[in-house]
Amino acid sequence: MTVLIVVLSFGAFFCLYRALQGPSIPDRAIAVDIMGVIFCSITALMALKLKLAYLIDLSIAIAVISFVGTLALAKYLEGRSLDD
Amino acid sequence: MIEVLGWMSLCVGVGFTVLGCLGLVRFPDLYNRMQAATKCVTLGTCGIMLGVFLMSGFTALGIKALLCALFVLITVPVAAHALARGSLIFGVKLWKHTVKDEFTDDRGGESIIEEEK
Repeated sequence: MTVLIVVLSFGAFFCLYRALQGPSIPDRAIAVDIMGVIFCSITALMALKLKLAYLIDLSIAIAVISFVGTLALAKYLEGRSLDD
Repeated sequence: MIEVLGWMSLCVGVGFTVLGCLGLVRFPDLYNRMQAATKCVTLGTCGIMLGVFLMSGFTALGIKALLCALFVLITVPVAAHALARGSLIFGVKLWKHTVKDEFTDDRGGESIIEEEK
């Protein structure tokens, strides 16, 4: 289980490279979004490993926040207001 | 038996996720990167959540893991689609070997495929 979490963390590092390096704004946005989803699955694995069932609630919350943030940034890039 | 299935699901999920992140680093332009990362990470996360469900059974942890998988399956492609549309309108250029850009063709605008140097 620990090995799986470490491998997932390497994936998060790849996303971090793209978020720091990315030539355009949407590159950074998609990298941060994918990083959020990876943190979501890391939290689920930790809930299984540490036998703490409430950590899965945190996982759902991370997924929700990542989704809303990406959608807001997409609307901003499109040049419209949020209630459009 | 169920335990073995759970481990297999977890390993497949982690493998897909890491390969998707590798695609995020390696592919040439924004839209290719977005395609690789989004699809692989969606499937990988669903695999991991399915593995968590299989290993913990019908407990609160397992059911919530299934709910999280369903949520990720719905929301990540929606977010990526919105972001791709936004960045096309924002003016991020396509890769120079791109063959077809139907979005710009339909809108009758000027092509935004990157010039070959």
